[in-house]
Amino acid sequence: MKDVSISKWWAGVSDHDVTYSFLHSPVTIVATVATILMFAAAFGASFLTIYTPFDPGSLELREAFMPPAWEQGGNSEHLLGTDGQGRDILAAIMYGTQVSLVVGILSVLLSVSIGIPLGIIAGYYGGWVDTAIMRFADIQLTIPPILIALMIDGITRTTLSSEVHEIVAIPVLIISIGVASWPQYARITRSGAMVERRKDYIAAAKLIQTPTAAIMVRHVLPNVIGPTLIVATIGVAVAIIIEATLSFLGVGIPSTTPSLGTLIRIGNSFLFSGEWWITFFPAFTLVILVLSVNLIGDWLRDTFNPKLR
Amino acid sequence: MAVIDISNISIEFPTRRGVLTAVENLSLSIEAGEILGVVGESGAGKSLTGNAIVGLLEPPGHVTAGTILLNGRDITHLPESEMRKIRGAKIGVIFQDPLTSLDPLYTIGRQLTQTILTHKKMSHAEAKARAIELLNEVGIPAPEQRFDAFPHEFSGGMRQRVVIALALCCDPCLIIADEPTTALDVSVQAQIIDLLKNLSREKGVATMLVTHDMGVIAEAADRVAVIYSGRLAEIGDVRSVIDAPKHPYTRGLMDSIPQIGQNLKTLPNIIGAMPRLDARPEGCAFNPRCAKSKSICRQQTAPLIETGSDGQWAACWAYEGGNKYV
Amino acid sequence: MANFILYRLFQSAIVMLIVALISFFLFNFVGDPISNMVGQETTVKDMDELRQRLGLNDPVIVQFGRFIVDALQGDFGISYRLQRPVEELIAERMPATLELVFVSAIIAIGLGVAGGLFTGLKRSHWFSKFILTTSLVGISLPTFIIGILLIYIFAVKLNWLPSFGRGEVVDLKGGWSTGLLTVSGWKAIILPSITLALYQTTLILRIIRSELLEVMRTDFIKFARARGLKSRDINYGHALKNTLVPVITVTGLQIGSLIAFSIVTETVFQWPGMGALFIQAVQFADVPVMSAYLILVALFFVVINLIVDLLYFVVDPRLRAEIKN
Repeated sequence: MKDVSISKWWAGVSDHDVTYSFLHSPVTIVATVATILMFAAAFGASFLTIYTPFDPGSLELREAFMPPAWEQGGNSEHLLGTDGQGRDILAAIMYGTQVSLVVGILSVLLSVSIGIPLGIIAGYYGGWVDTAIMRFADIQLTIPPILIALMIDGITRTTLSSEVHEIVAIPVLIISIGVASWPQYARITRSGAMVERRKDYIAAAKLIQTPTAAIMVRHVLPNVIGPTLIVATIGVAVAIIIEATLSFLGVGIPSTTPSLGTLIRIGNSFLFSGEWWITFFPAFTLVILVLSVNLIGDWLRDTFNPKLR
Repeated sequence: MAVIDISNISIEFPTRRGVLTAVENLSLSIEAGEILGVVGESGAGKSLTGNAIVGLLEPPGHVTAGTILLNGRDITHLPESEMRKIRGAKIGVIFQDPLTSLDPLYTIGRQLTQTILTHKKMSHAEAKARAIELLNEVGIPAPEQRFDAFPHEFSGGMRQRVVIALALCCDPCLIIADEPTTALDVSVQAQIIDLLKNLSREKGVATMLVTHDMGVIAEAADRVAVIYSGRLAEIGDVRSVIDAPKHPYTRGLMDSIPQIGQNLKTLPNIIGAMPRLDARPEGCAFNPRCAKSKSICRQQTAPLIETGSDGQWAACWAYEGGNKYV
Repeated sequence: MANFILYRLFQSAIVMLIVALISFFLFNFVGDPISNMVGQETTVKDMDELRQRLGLNDPVIVQFGRFIVDALQGDFGISYRLQRPVEELIAERMPATLELVFVSAIIAIGLGVAGGLFTGLKRSHWFSKFILTTSLVGISLPTFIIGILLIYIFAVKLNWLPSFGRGEVVDLKGGWSTGLLTVSGWKAIILPSITLALYQTTLILRIIRSELLEVMRTDFIKFARARGLKSRDINYGHALKNTLVPVITVTGLQIGSLIAFSIVTETVFQWPGMGALFIQAVQFADVPVMSAYLILVALFFVVINLIVDLLYFVVDPRLRAEIKN
């Protein structure tokens, strides 16, 4: 059964309808290319730029507040200018994007690995197990993830000393966002599992005394994971926004290893004095990144599962 | 003059892999007071034909050839604003599932009066009186009290009666009933069929009864049209088609219906399946499944040929010598 | 009907009790509030005294009981950071937040419903495609970036509107200060309320559109068309009314979220509301303020959910029938 469902899934993926739809959606193509480029720039930062903006030893205060290369006073060595401490903006963005992507992806992985098992268990068993899990999910869903993440962050701040907190800030943020967003994955997985459990092949598997855990992992999971993963794509965009927002509020990533949100916060104070580039380019990068991921997610959803809209 | 006269219509769906011809060169007509049964498998094009008459084909589907005459008036390509005035007024439509055909948020009285007032100039009180009269006519007990009830307060059979009342609001001359009994219990089915029969007899309404159920056809229809893969296979008086089917497909269809008193070990069935619209074979669409297929069957579509003197026609090369329909 | 409302009120009370329990436990047993409150030069004796004064030495049950009783009387303790009663701080700042949320909610519902109807009913119109593309850009723009952008354009470059604060406020009876009675107050609320409303607008727009598309495919809409009803009656009478239940749910949730999202907007625009107070509380581990805020937000959600439930009741006769039995 597992082979059948996976090969079915692959048949769906490789069916040329999908290729057709992709090739006829220029927006999706552009978004995909943009996403790939940003991934490459983020994770290849140490090869692609000579600057190490977050190494305190390498700062050049003489080069502070340099505008982008094409503005008066700009310099081709710092294409997008420098910030108040002489950091190269382009390099800072590359490293910042890396942090944003890592936090975004890992927190979605965490949400998914909480949400999918709970969703399968709720949908497969039904009854009070289902009621308990989904009631909890419903209550949590009514509270915006950003508030939950803020609360978790606030608690860790209270319990940990500020030095320790700075070191564990990124894992804490990943956990905060991950824990705050699991209910939606549980919901989607559950509705799939509820349909699946009534099917004959599950009855057959039970009949030959396949252990329940094995039924869930081998039979239910492959059949319900598709839609969940599509929603997870858009979830990455949402997680990146939450991380950026928390960092902007000053409760997320510390400025020693800034993410895009931290860079925007740092740059924001210079906006009024005219150094717009310090905040503009990180903000622009963030918007393009989120928009591209959203566009890909939208396309995936429309193509593979139009009912999810 | 026939109430509805369809001649040689084709319905096509342009897709990116080419044009699908869902209905091809189909002709039929219905007289006042007559019930024409239209049978075929799902996907044969019988519902599409009904939708085409009332101008409700789902885009991108559209009529590419032929004409549809309603009381002699060509309504094939009427603009939506004109067509809207015909739907509900001249042509009543009944859909398959009474449970989902009614808006759950409005009382049935409100839905009835809304439909009446859309097509007729009368006061609200007159419309209400008319609605109650209609409910009475279709056999809803205590219509005055039921007027203010919501759809969920009715059983399936009662809801289908309400649907029929809605279709009858403005005394239409044609009713298109698309699988009106499929979703109902067998006992309720018979009541609804009786109701449709009476309406057609007493009010002289022409009825197009679309179904895949030969039992319903045998019970209700005066004439029957058999559609196979978007083409008319056979048309004729209901008794002659059932007792003496001429087209091999119709024959196969009749043989596969179990009869009481018949002692069979296995029920005969037709080998194979109806071809997909994009894989229809050359010539007669039925030829790969036909035991008597000849070489011409694989090359050319057969025209409708008169097979006897009682107005029975079949699209089969076996009757090549007879009168051809043009 | 009365039973239904009582049942819902009972449910809401339980939810509130759970939230109160969570906020009590989290904030009373996570970390040491005393060391967060005092300066480095404070003596151990002073700290013990403070501990005693705040009741932190009592048994847990007593503390929780006191917490509930106090909370019911509107007493949420004393802010560690500001050394003032929390309810005073919140009362000062609540009008600012509620006015911001109110104006934003009107913008979000107005634009969201209009845009959702248009894009749902005129799917292939060029303007629908334009709205949808813009709305995707809208949900890709984090709230704080929209705020910064608006400030940069309308405050820094054009100098039309203020970049921070509430403008001139008028004190009303009962301690409510309003910015909605002065020109400068209205000018000040324009940018923050648009910023706050934009994300919710796109969500409301998209849910209305997708629900409309869904309803348009149903049999009863097909049947309504087959009866020759006017498209105005079909669209606004039958289709729109049938989208209302899910739309009310989502809209209710979104308005609830406005109060939480106002944290971000208030920070960007230095709006003197509860959100800004909360962010400072998180940064300084000001536990009483955090727990009071959590309870208040939960109360807000519970009230909105109650209203949503009652609206269902008005819209859908099937629910009315279910509740009767």
